[in-house]
Amino acid sequence: MLQSVFDRTRSEKRAALIGYLPAGFPSKDGAVRVAAAMVDAGCDVIEIGLPYSDPLMDGPTIQDAVHRSLVNGTRIADVMRTVEGVAKTGAATLVMTYWNPVDQYGAERFARDLASAGGVGTITPDLIPEEAEPWEAASKAAGIDTVFLVAPSSTEERIARVAACCTGFVYAASLMGITGARDTVNAAAEDLVRRTRPHTGLPVCVGLGIGTGAQAAEVAAYADGVIVGSAFIRRMLDAPDETTGVAAVRALATELAGGVRR
Amino acid sequence: MIIKPEDLAGSGPGGDDPDPRGKFGVFGGRFVPEALIPALDELAMAYDKAKHDEEFLREFDHLLRTYAGRPTIITEVPRFGEHAGGARIILKREDLTHTGAHKINNVLGQALLTRRLGKTRVIAETGAGQHGVATATAAALMGLECVIYMGAVDCERQALNVARMKLLGATVIPVHNGSRTLKDAINEAFRDWVTNVDHTHYVFGTVAGPHPFPMMVRDFARIIGVEARRQVIDLIGRLPDAVCAAVGGGSNAIGIMHAFIGDGDVQLHGYEAGGRGLESGEHALTLTAGSIGVLHAARTYVLQDEEGQTIESHSISAGLDYPGVGPEHSWLKDIGRATYHGITDAEAMDAFALLAKTEGIIPAIESAHALAGALKLGRELGSDATILVNLSGRGDKDMGTAMTYFGL
Repeated sequence: MLQSVFDRTRSEKRAALIGYLPAGFPSKDGAVRVAAAMVDAGCDVIEIGLPYSDPLMDGPTIQDAVHRSLVNGTRIADVMRTVEGVAKTGAATLVMTYWNPVDQYGAERFARDLASAGGVGTITPDLIPEEAEPWEAASKAAGIDTVFLVAPSSTEERIARVAACCTGFVYAASLMGITGARDTVNAAAEDLVRRTRPHTGLPVCVGLGIGTGAQAAEVAAYADGVIVGSAFIRRMLDAPDETTGVAAVRALATELAGGVRR
Repeated sequence: MIIKPEDLAGSGPGGDDPDPRGKFGVFGGRFVPEALIPALDELAMAYDKAKHDEEFLREFDHLLRTYAGRPTIITEVPRFGEHAGGARIILKREDLTHTGAHKINNVLGQALLTRRLGKTRVIAETGAGQHGVATATAAALMGLECVIYMGAVDCERQALNVARMKLLGATVIPVHNGSRTLKDAINEAFRDWVTNVDHTHYVFGTVAGPHPFPMMVRDFARIIGVEARRQVIDLIGRLPDAVCAAVGGGSNAIGIMHAFIGDGDVQLHGYEAGGRGLESGEHALTLTAGSIGVLHAARTYVLQDEEGQTIESHSISAGLDYPGVGPEHSWLKDIGRATYHGITDAEAMDAFALLAKTEGIIPAIESAHALAGALKLGRELGSDATILVNLSGRGDKDMGTAMTYFGL
């Protein structure tokens, strides 16, 4: 499923636009409405975040949204329902999750339930190749993709090792740091994508710190996909109500979709 | 030299190092963003080199002797022991170290490593503030920039330590996320570290976190038990029957226990914070009531719900108020080498007051959990038993809590 997305975007000679939103934010049903607007305005792939109590890769914006979601009582069943709702829009839908919730739910059960909900894979930011074997096996059995991260600090050896565990695409973290929009895209991102290419035939997508159409265009020039999260959430957090927020999210997705097509 | 190479390396007598992936049995490992792997690898290599390097050992030894105040003494406390079924109770006096708690041992080791890594900035999390104070102290001593993350709740209940850290030149950042205690301070410190890792070392304060921290922090704290083992033998002509320590993250406990692991006849007892009791749900009984999961980058026992969300802990003692625990303790529990129990806030405060009144020593409330455990254990083992207790810190920092609790 992810492969067909990148086949299409490549044939259109553009990068894919990947949007992130935590399940249960701004509400359990609201998340599906927001994601649907993102898809409608041009997101090719949606990452649904699984809210976790200790998100140590995330900056203040996503922490805030995730905290609200957990206070709303979001459970893994709600995450699966959200995936189901978003997948119905036709967008390839992934789950982004820290490892412990999957571990407690049971790797095989999680992979199976995600596949049943129409999910096509996961991104696991705190799972490194040395610890990933059970998840790779469960995902393979369920027929879903496993996306892992490389970072500007990664050595050639680490990039090779991480890329070998990935299916679907490789997530290149643009900077050393946590999630959150930045004023400029780190120059390290292009270098990291260049260093990753020789180790994989998979698409390489860049995330962290991207929040405008111009930044999306800049990244799309060298990456296969552009990942945006905090900037969407910021629109929702700043809006007085859901309808206004969804309109702002739609406007941003339109701007970003223009960026990846420039 | 008080430090010998075998004292530092876990491969010494009775020692067990984790496997190359940092696993103690199924526990430990590295569940971290890939971005931190090079820094953890660099740290593991630097530490491995340092612990076999005579110059490093000499520097560490010099600081421990001339700055931290080692070796620390042991003190027999017979009047306190009367309340423990007449058992002989011997305290290892980590409260007498510079900065007032066992944390200084680990911090001096890591500060020396920071210098070897060529890094100029240190960050740390702190619960009770003792690790923050120790880190700020070492940073002042070695001219390193220092930033301490501390839960907003803890900043309030340990205001004195916040002032100490500031006086020592550190920047203290109150953490307002989540439960606003130690676990959230750790999250925030990790976020800083991944952002600034090129020039920053994270002086992790306990035997938790990703490999190599559980092993390295243990090794730097291990001198506590190495000294105490010799001292007890000198005093009573044999090994103690039991060793007791409080367990939050577990660094003082592993520090005193580790040298005794090979002594099969010596019982090892860890005491966790029972807070308001197991039934109340307000406790930090990670090993006694938690389940196996991943928290702060290691597989270990965790207080969590069935979907892996961390449950907030509670303890009157900020230093034990943590829903995780070092992976080596999880392993010692599962192989049956150490036993872990809960001590309620009330039991700890009773022992806190009792040691003050019977022996003229005011312990840290953290250490009072071990004292309360020794009172129970002494009554079980009887008057022939000798029990070694790690008095991991002094109680000056806890006077605010004590004034409220006892209406002083």
